[in-house]
This record gives sequence, structure tokens and C-alpha cells, in this order.
Amino acid sequence: MELNSKVPDVPIEQAWDRRKFEMKLVNPANKRKYNIIVVGSGLAGASAAATLGELGYNVQCFCYQDSPRRAHSIAAQGGINAAKNYQNDGDSVFRLFYDTVKGGDFRAREYNVYRLAQLSLNIIDQCVAQGVPFAREYGGLLENRSFGGAQVSRTFYARGQTGQQLLLGAYQALQRQVAAGQVKMYARHEMLDLVVIDGRARGIVTRDLITGRIESYAADLVILATGGYGNVYYLSTNAKGCNATAIWRAYKRGALFANPCFTQIHPTCIPVTGEYQSKLTLMSESLRNDGRIWVPKRKGDTRPPDEIPEDERDYFLERKYPAFGNLVPRDVASRNAKAVCDEGRGVGPGGYGVYLDFRDAIKRLGREVIEERYGNLFDMYERITGEDPYRVPMRIYPASHYTMGGLWVDYNLMSTIPGLFVAGEANFSDHGANRLGASALMQGLADGYFILPYTVGDYLASNKLEKVDTTHPAFRSAEAEVACNIKRLLDVRGSRSVDSFHRELGKLVWDYCGMSRTAEGLKYALKKIPELREQYWREVRVPGESEEFNQSLEKAGRVADFFELAELMCLDALHRNESCGGHFREEYQTPDGEALRNDDEYCYVAAWEYRGEDNAPALHKEPLTFKYVQPAQRSYK
Amino acid sequence: MSTAAVEPRLKRTWGLYEVYIGKKLVMAGTGVVLVLYIIGHLLGNLQIYAGPEQMNQYAAFLHSQPGLLWTARIVLLAAVGAHIWSSFLLWRDKRRARPIGYVKKDDIPASYASRTMMWSGPIIAAFVVFHVLHLTTGDVGLGFQPPTAGPTGEAFYAYENVVNGFRYPAVSAAYIFAIALLTMHLYHGMWSMFQSVGISHPRYTPLLKSLAHVFSIAIAAGYISIPVYVMIRFGVK
Amino acid sequence: MNLILHVWRQKNAKDPGRMVRYEARNISAHMSFLEMLDVVNEELIARGEEPIAFDHDCREGICGMCGFMINGVAHGPERGTTVCQLHMRHFKDGDELYIEPWRSRAFPVIKDLVVDRSAFDRIIAAGGYISVRTGSAPDANAIPVPKENAELAMDAAACIACGACVAQCPNGSAALFTGAKIAHLGLLPQGQPERDRRAVAMVVQMTKEGFGHCTNIGECEAVCPKEIKLDVIARMHRDYLHAAWTGRQKPGFREDQPAEEPMAGNRR
Repeated sequence: MELNSKVPDVPIEQAWDRRKFEMKLVNPANKRKYNIIVVGSGLAGASAAATLGELGYNVQCFCYQDSPRRAHSIAAQGGINAAKNYQNDGDSVFRLFYDTVKGGDFRAREYNVYRLAQLSLNIIDQCVAQGVPFAREYGGLLENRSFGGAQVSRTFYARGQTGQQLLLGAYQALQRQVAAGQVKMYARHEMLDLVVIDGRARGIVTRDLITGRIESYAADLVILATGGYGNVYYLSTNAKGCNATAIWRAYKRGALFANPCFTQIHPTCIPVTGEYQSKLTLMSESLRNDGRIWVPKRKGDTRPPDEIPEDERDYFLERKYPAFGNLVPRDVASRNAKAVCDEGRGVGPGGYGVYLDFRDAIKRLGREVIEERYGNLFDMYERITGEDPYRVPMRIYPASHYTMGGLWVDYNLMSTIPGLFVAGEANFSDHGANRLGASALMQGLADGYFILPYTVGDYLASNKLEKVDTTHPAFRSAEAEVACNIKRLLDVRGSRSVDSFHRELGKLVWDYCGMSRTAEGLKYALKKIPELREQYWREVRVPGESEEFNQSLEKAGRVADFFELAELMCLDALHRNESCGGHFREEYQTPDGEALRNDDEYCYVAAWEYRGEDNAPALHKEPLTFKYVQPAQRSYK
Repeated sequence: MSTAAVEPRLKRTWGLYEVYIGKKLVMAGTGVVLVLYIIGHLLGNLQIYAGPEQMNQYAAFLHSQPGLLWTARIVLLAAVGAHIWSSFLLWRDKRRARPIGYVKKDDIPASYASRTMMWSGPIIAAFVVFHVLHLTTGDVGLGFQPPTAGPTGEAFYAYENVVNGFRYPAVSAAYIFAIALLTMHLYHGMWSMFQSVGISHPRYTPLLKSLAHVFSIAIAAGYISIPVYVMIRFGVK
Repeated sequence: MNLILHVWRQKNAKDPGRMVRYEARNISAHMSFLEMLDVVNEELIARGEEPIAFDHDCREGICGMCGFMINGVAHGPERGTTVCQLHMRHFKDGDELYIEPWRSRAFPVIKDLVVDRSAFDRIIAAGGYISVRTGSAPDANAIPVPKENAELAMDAAACIACGACVAQCPNGSAALFTGAKIAHLGLLPQGQPERDRRAVAMVVQMTKEGFGHCTNIGECEAVCPKEIKLDVIARMHRDYLHAAWTGRQKPGFREDQPAEEPMAGNRR
């Protein structure tokens, strides 16, 4: 299969303008004749649904939560990047573009990233106009801070709740369209299959989570904005409900899945305390602006932190990376934390934690300033751990946080199935092998507000689409498959809960396809995962019935898909014989332990094609060319 | 734009009353009238300390201005009626808002006064009826002396009636109980009405709250002092 | 520690429901309340019983999905905390806990502790937004906003729509939720053009949904996990009365409901 990225053949600065001009427009009077399905109501989904509704299309928007406002974008804390250069510190669209490509370890498509940097300007304007209460200076203008891996202050933020405020802005815009009758919202509906007719995405099959009814919805095109698959690790910073089912079903219907092994481990999360742990809580990376990360120099030093004198502390990031210090990119920070803990110098119960210390910052800036910057994060930490971070250093440890991989899309955000568009974390597009802090919100909103509304129109105007409704046999057969799958799960009637399997799978993937990977470990995982999956289908117990509100059943379906996805992740990680960004293969590192890329052989997007249950997926490569940023060994020294 | 057109005032006012904020506005407005009356009434009552002549003359003075007296009575009656009717409607809404209650419900954070507005109100109202029958119309008896014709018009025996009435411990107890409830009612109501009409300020609202508390307690002290004074000075019956 | 739980079990909207007693054994003080329920549910599943249904998602106190009454207090005894962030160290061995769903006419029970809060979405849809067409915004720094106002707006905007205010309010009022949005948008210059319209439309929708009235008791403020202040309710009352006074907005119910009135911005 030829993967055509459809990037405009003009200089990068003009590419998006040119594409917008080339695209065909839908006659305003005709827009209401088109039906669009949006699955997911996070930043990408809500902003796309709201904007498309505003343009006059008929939109149906689906989410599994009880309200579109609960999508997990809401949990993003730190901020959103934009190349506004309001701080006059040398930022520019090109610099944001450059930083993002470099931060992604040269595994992203340059043209997409450049467009993202350009659109970052519009996003901030849009959000401020919607009433997002960004932090401000006394002069009334917007305040910025620098954020993980950036040497300019380009991050806009609303306390530690930036994701919440941006999502509420998009949600409110969405509700406005709901009131106007342009968007019909289906909350507590989970997409369980994609319906492809004549090679085009024409609808979805859902389960109404309250009644358990299997329903079909037809449309002229489908947009998936269903987020990432970080919950494959069981313990992650994702919400409990986050799942890969929608993109996985699309994959099984023919959409290619790109770079599944590119997952991001966030360095600043609260460490695990016990077996029962259900999720990990992220502490915003912005904490690294003022907090200093350290561990004791001596192994097995169990003294309380305030009794460890200065010269017995190892500020390992500052020591190894004098230029960036505590602000090195996430993957670097995470790996180094793991390394010191593996050496036996970790702190806290279990020994998997490092200190994030605000003592010096409080001394320098005063408690009030720290309180204003991080107050809610400190409160959250105290609530969870029962320790006061104003007095005792925080303990942090990396946790799965974001997945750069996702469904392959072209420059127009369309997958390999015509009519299936993918936005936000669900696609693979802009972050390469590693995402910079405060870029996820930017990407979600760029896709939803400013890209899809154009490219969707072009698709509709350029293709003659037959009328299709849910009486089409393809819907009947998809519904039957979904119902059969549910029945299979309920009929196992084994003895183990869904969660117990999920936990076991998660540990396996975390150990062998987590922060660092080896060929040996991945091969082991590829042997174990199918075994565990088989056991799952033999021993899982899903209480209750399908025709009712049944949370165990919801989970069971999601975990079944995670099993298959985990295998693809390991396969991808095993095939990529290099280290880049979040994908760190221990065999491929520089003498001082940095990721060693292999640009000659692996400078491509690995897109996997599903070929049936009994066949291995096929690998397709989209070569990446770098005309504007020369690939170099990342160095943060 | 048609939506910007100004609505006829009557229709608008009714629309306002349909939503609870309109009813609260009525509660607050009538509340102000009633508070003013409570203050005036207290000032009148405190004249008991100036002796029988002063108080009886004051009563005679009030009755010599029938226009004023009846205007005040009608306004008061209307205010009481509107206050009660609005609170009834609000109470009904509240009942409807939670058809199934909790097995266990804790009210820690709320002040006792704020949660008891709905029953302190009716009890006060019942007492007011008794109070009027006792000291205005004299239908309760208890040694009530109706006005008699005197040299300079009618003579009133307000002082004697108050003294006779309050020498009954049961009457005094009921009075003190009602005043205690009234205090609680004012304790919450007097700052709450500002909140209801949208007046709130980070610095002044806490001050207002304290003022309302001090004021309601002062009113209570003034009122309660009277039966206490009577019972101590004249002894109980 | 070991605990005794009395949990509201209700199979579906039609089932009358009842309290059922459970024992939670070997609970660690580091667990969150929801993790404690996870443990109870694992045991129920092992015994072949149906687990207790409760809404939850992010488990970090921001999505607003979780929430129920613990011993008659919304989100339990800790102030400024959702149940997902409430840790078991605040309870002691042998505690007896009553766990009930939010009770409100506007929040019908779906199952066990799960309720339908879509009324909140409809209140927002009625006017809880600033109408700005995508792409039509001026430069972000074109309109300065005093820092103090931005901070106050942020205080109000922190609402997570969990419904604890309604659940705790003796009157079942949604005034804190609605007031928070009206205050957030009304404090910003961008929110001024629609301020009157927003206040009336949202208050009317709130009333229609069957929420009770506000008597300024303050229980909502006390249980709000985001510690939103009663002040936002005064702002809502003020904006509503202002709109009614100027007469540019019909203050009461209308035959053509605002929620269904297509907005001019959508007509092309």
C-alpha cells in the first residue's frame, strides 16, 4: 500500500495556505444536507463538532462519559503552547516548529508540525474570546511560562487546570450548537464498531451504556477523536474509562495504525503505593520549573530527606544536563529517574521514586509565589499522599501518560479509509517519537477548530457520496458482530475479574514495552500476551447482562482490545531497531546512555495493516524527509 | 431585533415572579417592611420603662391618627401575606426538588438558623395572631382593659395590659420563645436578603453578616427584656 | 482496617432500590475511597454478585464524574475533595458508612450510585457560553483583563459539575453550579454582550429542570470540591435582576424555550 501523505508541494510556510486554497468548498446551502459523526468529545472532538455544527453541517457527537465535559482532556494541567512571542524572548512559529520536530526525535512529518505551530496562534485567540480565564499579568495581558524542554516562555496556562478550562471552552461552544440544533449529543454511548461501505467510512455501531441497546448511526463521514491508548498499561495517568476500542475497531476495518510503540512516560507522577492502586496521578511538569530533582548519593539511604545533607544529594539531572537541568524533555527525565532507582537509590516505599524538592524555590521566591504557581498541585499531592510538599519534598516517579502513536492520517487528517478522519491523540500525526509538554492541547484544538472544518468540507465536496442509511446490510452485520462479541464475553463465566486481567496485562506491557525495551523482553512479551489473552477468554467473569447498565461489560470489551493492541505495540517496538524519543531500546544507546537513532534505516512512520486474526499485520512505511530541520543527535547538555 | 424589544411591565413582573429569584425579591422586600415594623414596634414597647403615662399616651397618639394606623396595618398585612405566600411557593418547590430523601443526611456546615427558616416562620406567625388577640383586640382576656372615653378623647391602657399579660409565666414564656425564633429568623434572613437580591462583596458581606447577627440579638434583648422586667417588678400570677 | 458499608442498590430507574450492608475488609489507609469500593467489588464479583455501580473516570478530582453521599455529606468528610481523592486515612477501623446516590428530582438514579446529570448540560446549553465563531476572534492580547477579575473568573470556572451542591442543598438547588458559570463569564469583558441574556436563559432553564431554590444556607459551598463561593450565587441573582429590570430580556418562562431557539449566528 502506498502511503500518500498528500503534503502540498510548496515551501513549508505556504503549505497550509495553499492547501486551504486548493480545497473544494461545500455550498453553504448544502451543508445541512451532510451528516457527520464525531466520536469523542475531548478537545479535538468537541472543537470539531462545535465548529462543524457552526458551519451548518448536521453533527452527531458521541462520548462514553455522562457529559461531553468530562473527556480526559480536562485533566491536562500545565498549559498550551503558542508561538505568540508575547514575552519578546525570541519565539517564533519556526522555533516552535523546530522545537517540536527536535523534541519528537525526528520521527514526525515536518509539514504537519509546521502547520501546528502556525495554528497555535489562532488557538489562543479563539480560547480567550471564549472566556478561558488564562493567567494574566497585572497589566491585564496574558502571562506565559516556560515548560518542559523549551527555552522560551510560550506556554499559556490557567492555574494547574489549563486542560479543564480549554475543554470547557470547547464544551460550551459545543453546547451552544446543541441548543441550536446543529449537533445532537449522545452521551453514555460507546462506539463499538466502524461501518465501511464501498470502501468508505459511513457510520458506527454503538452501545447505549444505560440500556445496553446496540444502535447504528449512518453519516457521510466519521471523525474519531477518541484519545490515546495509554491505559494498555493499566496504571497510567489516563482516566479509568480511556480506551482504544474505537481506533482499534477502525484498525480492524482497514485503517493503518502508525507507530504504536511510541508511548510517552511522564516523569512527574505520584509513585505507586500498593497493589490496589487503580491509577496514577500526574503532577504537572511545570513543577520542574522550580522544583529540583534529586536522590541520595548512597544506595539504600533511608534517612528522611531533610536529614540528608546537601553534599550527599545527587541532583542527577542538573549534573548530567547542565544546560537544561531539570527541564530536559520528558523521556530523558523519565529514563534517568528509572536509572537511579534501578541503581537502588530510589526513595519512598518500594524504592521507586525520586525527590522533587521545592526547598530552594521557597527560599528564593517565598511561599506565596510558590503557592500561587502550584497551590492546587500541592494540595492535590497532599490529599493523595498525606504529606505536605511545602515542608517535605514530593516523591515522583514516571508513569504512562500519552501515546504518540495512533491511526495513520495524511496531511488532511484522513486515515487510510476514505471518509474516516482522526484527530487529537487518536492519530499519530504531530509529535513523532516524543511529545513536548503543553503540545497535546495545542494539537487537539488545532485539529478540531482549524484543520478538520476545512478538510472535511473538501472531502464532502470532492466525492459523490451515495445516500446510505442504517438499513444497509453492512450495519446489520456490524451490529451482529458487536452483539456476538458481547455475548462471547458474558458467556465465559469464568472466575477472574476483568480488572485482574487488565492489571496483569498492564504489568507485562510496562515491564517489557514501557520506559525501556529490549529485543529479548519484547519477544518474551509477544509470547506471554497471547497466552494471557487466551486465558482471558477462558476465565474472565463478566457479571450481569448486556441489556442493562453494566460497567464490568464495558471494561471487558475494552480490555479485550487492549490485549490485541499490546501485541501490536510489542511487535512495532521489536521491529524498530533503534532508540528514539519515548521508544528506548537498551541495545541502541550512546556510550553515555542517550537514545541512539538510526536515521538510515528507521526514518519512517511504521504503519501496520490488519490482515485478519490468523495473519501477522503487514508493515507499511511512510518515509520521513527533513528539509527544514536537520536531524541531529538530540543534546540537552 | 425583536428580542430586544421591551416587554410590557406587568407581564415582565409576572415572569420575574415565576422564577424563584422573583419570589426571593418579594421575600426580601417584604422582609424589609417587617424588619422596619419590628424596630418601630420595639421602640414603642420600650416606652414601658418610661412608665404608664408615656406608654398610654403613645397608644392614644397612634389611635388618634386612624389614617396612618390603618395604612400601616394594611401595608403590614399585605407584607405578611406576600411573605408567607412566596415562602409557601418556595417551600413547595423545595419539596418537589427532592422527592426521595436521604437515609442519612448531615447538615454540619449550615447554621441552625438558616435551616429552620421554614418552621420558625409559621410559629412566629401563629404567635403574632395570639399577640394581636391578646394586646390589640383583647379577645384573650387576661385582665385586658379596653379603651375608655376620657377628657381628652379615648384613654388607652397599653401599659396595664402589657403588665397584666406578662405576669402570666405561660404568656411570657410563649413570648420569649417566639422572640427567640424571630431572632433566628432575622439572624439568617437579614443578611440572606442581600444575597438574594444580588448584593455581595468580599469585604462587606462578612461584615453585613456580623451586623445582622448583632442586630438580631439586640432586637431580641430589647423585646425579651420587657416580660422579664414585668415579672421581676410586678411578680408572677 | 475493616469497615461496614450500607450502600444504596438499585438495579435500574424503575427498581425501588434499598440499602444493602457490606463489609469492607483489609482496607489500606493509602487507598482512595473508590479503590476501597474496587476492592469490595472484586469480592462481589468473586462471589458471583453484581458489583456496585458508581460513576468515576479521571480519579484525580477534575472530571466531575464521581460523587455520592458518605454519611449524609456529598463527597464525604474532607473539604475540597471529590470521593476519588478522598483517602481512607480519614476513616478509622470499624466505621459504619452510609453510601447513597445524589438525590434530586433533576438527577434521576440510573443504577446504584449512578445518576443522570444531563440537566447540567442543558443549563449550559441554554446560555453558558460566549458566542464566538471559530476563527473570528481578535488577538488574544487585544482586550486586557484585570488580573483580579481573571482570578475571580478562574475561581468560578473551576466548577467540575459533579452535582455535590445540588445533592447537599436542603432545597435541591443548582444555584451554585449555575451561578458559577454566570459569574465566570460575567466577570470577563468577553462575556459582557450576552450577560443579560445568559443570566435569564440559564436561570429559567435551571428552574425548568426542577431544581429547588436558594435560601443562602451555604451547604453547597461547604461540600464543593472546588470550594466555589456563595458569592457566585449573588452574582447570578444580580445579573438576573438586572436583566429583568432593564427589560431587554423576558425574565420568566417563555413558550419558545431559549434552549431551542436557533441563534442568529447560525443562520447564514
